[in-house]
Amino acid sequence: MTLAKRIIPCLDVAGGRVVKGVNFKDLVDAGDPVELAKRYDIEGADELTFLDISASVEERATTLEIVRRTAEQVFIPLTVGGGIRSAENVNELLRAGADKVSVNTAAIARPDLINEISDRFGNQVLVLSVDARRAATKSGFEVTTHGGRQSSGLDALAWIEVGISRGVGEILLNSMDADGTKSGFDIEMLKAVREISSVPVIASGGAGKISDFALAIAAGADAVLAASVFHFGDFTIADVKKDLAKHGFSIRTLS
Amino acid sequence: MIAILDYGSGNLRSAERAFELAADKVIVTSDPRICIEADGLVVPGVGAFAACMEQFLNIGGREIIAARVANSSPIFGICVGMQIFFDSSSEKKMSKGLGILPGDISQIEAAILPHMGWNTVAAPAESKLFSGIADQSFYFVHSFAAKKRVSSAINSTSNYGEDFLAAVEKDFIVATQFHPEKSGAAGAKLISNWVKSL
Repeated sequence: MTLAKRIIPCLDVAGGRVVKGVNFKDLVDAGDPVELAKRYDIEGADELTFLDISASVEERATTLEIVRRTAEQVFIPLTVGGGIRSAENVNELLRAGADKVSVNTAAIARPDLINEISDRFGNQVLVLSVDARRAATKSGFEVTTHGGRQSSGLDALAWIEVGISRGVGEILLNSMDADGTKSGFDIEMLKAVREISSVPVIASGGAGKISDFALAIAAGADAVLAASVFHFGDFTIADVKKDLAKHGFSIRTLS
Repeated sequence: MIAILDYGSGNLRSAERAFELAADKVIVTSDPRICIEADGLVVPGVGAFAACMEQFLNIGGREIIAARVANSSPIFGICVGMQIFFDSSSEKKMSKGLGILPGDISQIEAAILPHMGWNTVAAPAESKLFSGIADQSFYFVHSFAAKKRVSSAINSTSNYGEDFLAAVEKDFIVATQFHPEKSGAAGAKLISNWVKSL
């Protein structure tokens, strides 16, 4: 009995559609979220992540509806992030069928948000999404906001420690240097975060080749998240799992 | 008819949909009469033990369970909805459970918590719940668990840092630490195994 390493496709959602860009810019349409969610479930995704990158309140209502429709048809865990500013936002998403939520910018602006969500729903419900890049901070990594466009002034490792002590149950570590480049995960950053994290760590940003995933897991990732390589069919989740199994990592196989 | 107990905890919609795949009629409710008379009662639960227990007691959960126990009516506890059937939990502070299953809920000894993701379960051959899916993985998300086997019951275990109870089947009570409603096809089969046994 071994806990399987998780493969998580990420669906960036805006205005009811899945979109994808490079470094959060030049967004192109990548399909219907519910259809993609169903496809990934069949292909063996261990979880799904929806990231709501909508600009307006109306679009966010659309996202809630997508969460509802997805949860009715797909019976694997669903994480939703983007635009969560209160425990009440979390309550709405959980009631719509989300299992976990991720917070990012709003938690940086108001760290008490972490405690408010965790105290009410438990730490297993809360993922701290950290958009980090290399910088001249204490650990050599800083936290960015606004999709990597602005520096928050926070050291990434210090912020992750604060997040864990306030009650997050998981870290989604997104490398803004590697995001969209398909040049591989930031292994050095991943190792540094694994070293200090007592909660599971999801590696994100930079997946380009099948072999990138085993490297991230060898560096200590408990799960690996990717978007465009799966959306655009570079390879499948099953291809990744086969490679992980070859490297001796535990994976979930479908019967 | 399956009743899913609504006491403000748990991913009720996911549970409702997953049980609907196997059962003709599923009702999410806190109405005591429906909960007592249903063919099967599902007790979900997500979050901290003490908070769940408090909400559970507030809606008259203890009385509902007592009535079902008196009639030997089937009950299915999920995650914290499993844990509250035990004597107590040491999560955050020492809290009393229903004391229907013997044992305490304590933190799993592991370097990284929560235990989050898909893990396999060692189920005895006589398990009805795991019939046809004994080699499959199920979705867990928890930091606390029951560790002592329940006597005169079918105990299925999993391991993360140490062994713990992944599921227990005792007379008319079944309970899983994992989330069958989030465990894909394997979870659907497990739910169907239970529904067919009613």
